[in-house]
Amino acid sequence: MSNPEFYGAGFPYREFADLPGKLIVLEGSDGVGRSTQTQLLRRWLEDEGFAVSDTGLRRSGLTQKGLDEAKNGHTLSRITMSLFYATDFADRLENQIIPALEAGFIVLSDRYFYSIMARDIVRGVDPKWAHKVYGFALKPDLILYLKADVTDLVSRLIHGRGLNYWEAGMDIHLADNLFDSFINYQSKISMQFSQFAKEYDFVTIDAGRPISEVFSDLQSHIRHLLEDQHPIIDIDL
Amino acid sequence: MLRKNTTPGKLIIVEGIDGSGKSTQIDLLYKWLQAQGRSVYFSEWNSSQLVKSTTKRAKKNKTFTPTTFSLLQATDFADRWENRILPLLKAGVIVLADRYTFTAFGRDVARGVDRVWVRNLYSFAMQPDIALFFRVPLDVAVKRITSARASLKYYEAGMDLKLSESRIESFHLFQERILNEYDQMVDEFGLTVIDGTLTVQAQQRLMREIVRKELEGWEGLPIPDAPPKTLLKYGIYDEKGGANV
Repeated sequence: MSNPEFYGAGFPYREFADLPGKLIVLEGSDGVGRSTQTQLLRRWLEDEGFAVSDTGLRRSGLTQKGLDEAKNGHTLSRITMSLFYATDFADRLENQIIPALEAGFIVLSDRYFYSIMARDIVRGVDPKWAHKVYGFALKPDLILYLKADVTDLVSRLIHGRGLNYWEAGMDIHLADNLFDSFINYQSKISMQFSQFAKEYDFVTIDAGRPISEVFSDLQSHIRHLLEDQHPIIDIDL
Repeated sequence: MLRKNTTPGKLIIVEGIDGSGKSTQIDLLYKWLQAQGRSVYFSEWNSSQLVKSTTKRAKKNKTFTPTTFSLLQATDFADRWENRILPLLKAGVIVLADRYTFTAFGRDVARGVDRVWVRNLYSFAMQPDIALFFRVPLDVAVKRITSARASLKYYEAGMDLKLSESRIESFHLFQERILNEYDQMVDEFGLTVIDGTLTVQAQQRLMREIVRKELEGWEGLPIPDAPPKTLLKYGIYDEKGGANV
């Protein structure tokens, strides 16, 4: 991204020379395998000689404690929650992602603001408003959307770390139990993502397949993006 | 443009740069309205418990950028709006606010964020019934602030903008930018300008006059202990506040 582009006004008070790095985003629901794929991609890219930085949602040093406290008390109303997450995202973008891109890193972002926005909209936040809030956001070079059926997600989560309150959207009272709420909530999120896929040019990847197949799909898209870069790949000991 | 207040409540806000005297004035108004037997609630800028720890940390570590500063203050406002201001307006309460969205429109733009972007952030809020802008010349405000306290804080002085090495000089330049933004907002949002160089009493008289006019013929949420005047008149309540049934 030699010429950084933003969804809106960006950061008018900041001068950007170029950003020699690349921003690659992995999006998709909980349990779809994003973090596994992020780890695999990181290892692969580092093998290829690229400097890689990975970053996930809710890892900003600025807001993490406040967000955790708020979540534990379940006191966040929808606009408040939406803005708190936007603050966190902006902090990560300005203080972690952009500096890494300036330094020439490949940034693998485990989710981006699309996830936050999907969650907000499902909770009744005005989509147009939310879209404009993220006018400061940098347009990624590549957005890989891992898509899986909701029933698939349930099976992975139940055999993995279990269903959780927030991932099931229990705070918006869609159902009286975790399972029904999860299905209902994740279906709504999935519908939002399908819409974003068109709006924001997502590359949709079928995540209902074995890990290795999904991985090689992701690799080929990333290889294509990095075609003009020249890593050190042909030196063996 | 903010959307119209469609609630039965009344929203009265004060704005102005630091040292304009607005807090003194709204405090006097608050006490007066209480004494008049009105249901009234007071909300202060940047006072939500929710984001307090985050703000504190960011200020201490100086990790705020203009965008995160703006978003975090909007979060603070949203929390007060969704959990206090809006519900109370819906109940018919008079809500007084010391600083409102216009503070963000002034300060955040002075810090360099986009004007249109920050207006969208706050577009869930309503246009106040009364919006008073306490206008004082820059020198007067700066003098009031710098003589009243030992030192200016980093963000308060706008040191993050790197306008000057000196805190007082930086504060001056920062407030000047904010004042310019306020002046532009007078027409944009129909702010009522109050001359902040008048005596405290003279300003308070003007303020009460404006509020009295706004509340003419308006009832609002009654206070249980104080029987509404109309009920007294029809003899439903006796003078001591008990019901005559």
